[in-house]
Amino acid sequence: MSLNELEVQQVVASSHQSGDYSPLVKLIPYASMIGMHVTRLGDEAVFHLPKSEDNIGNPVLPALHGGVIAGFMEQSAMLHLMIFMNSAVFPKIIDFSVDYLRAGLYRDTYATCQVWRQGRRVGNVAITAWQTRSKEPIATARAHFKLD
Amino acid sequence: MSSIRERAHNFLSVLRHCQHLGMQIEQADEQGLIIKLPYSDKIVGNPVTGLIHGGAITTLMDTCCGISTVCYLPTFEICPTLDLRIDYMRPAEPGKPIFGFAECYRVTPTIIFTRGVAYQEDREQPIAHVVGTFMRMGKAAGQAELGGKVDGGKV
Repeated sequence: MSLNELEVQQVVASSHQSGDYSPLVKLIPYASMIGMHVTRLGDEAVFHLPKSEDNIGNPVLPALHGGVIAGFMEQSAMLHLMIFMNSAVFPKIIDFSVDYLRAGLYRDTYATCQVWRQGRRVGNVAITAWQTRSKEPIATARAHFKLD
Repeated sequence: MSSIRERAHNFLSVLRHCQHLGMQIEQADEQGLIIKLPYSDKIVGNPVTGLIHGGAITTLMDTCCGISTVCYLPTFEICPTLDLRIDYMRPAEPGKPIFGFAECYRVTPTIIFTRGVAYQEDREQPIAHVVGTFMRMGKAAGQAELGGKVDGGKV
């Protein structure tokens, strides 16, 4: 990894300006590997994980690997904090807790985030992931991030 | 019946995303399970520092806790994750593999409680602590194919 903070800051700043976060996602190898996208809708953001064979866990159902769903949710929360804090630093994960409510089938998955508390040093984010209806989540999670 | 290690290996082999990340069984017996996650550029979460993404560590630990059920259950049962919690103690050192250890510390007819750690050099100095709860579905119809692969056949 040879990127320096200045380069990252430039990408983040131009993403904030254009509202197109794909250059930022492209900077993060894990986010690119799972294939996620960000759509900014006014003051909200929806995160999208298109179905991909490499993200499958249980091959018989088939279902997405629970770890990928959690990783997608964690990355969504991180990006959500960066987008709405106008931040150029990557929030650092402190803890992450996920409840799996339904099987994450081999389909497109979506996530939205809610920042419940943003202090100077720590942020608390709740994440909801769904596939067919937002009212029927496949998983909910919450995470704390260190912001400074 | 194949050994715990073979069953753990067979289980890991059918999970496509784990193969994608190059995960391997290091050790598997009655005491628990150790899985290795090699370092690679594609699982980096912070392009400035080269730190591995929490999602890859979550995947390692979800897999490790999930497969640790074979250390306890005599035959394969499908056990979906109910919940998983990870507490990060310290950042992982870039360039080095991460090991996940997990064990079942309580098994009831319906629920399996697991716990574990992610570490690099020393299990006493973990990167993360993990607890995960799994549901026992029994030998569900439709999962027989998977059970056959895990318990018996070569994968």
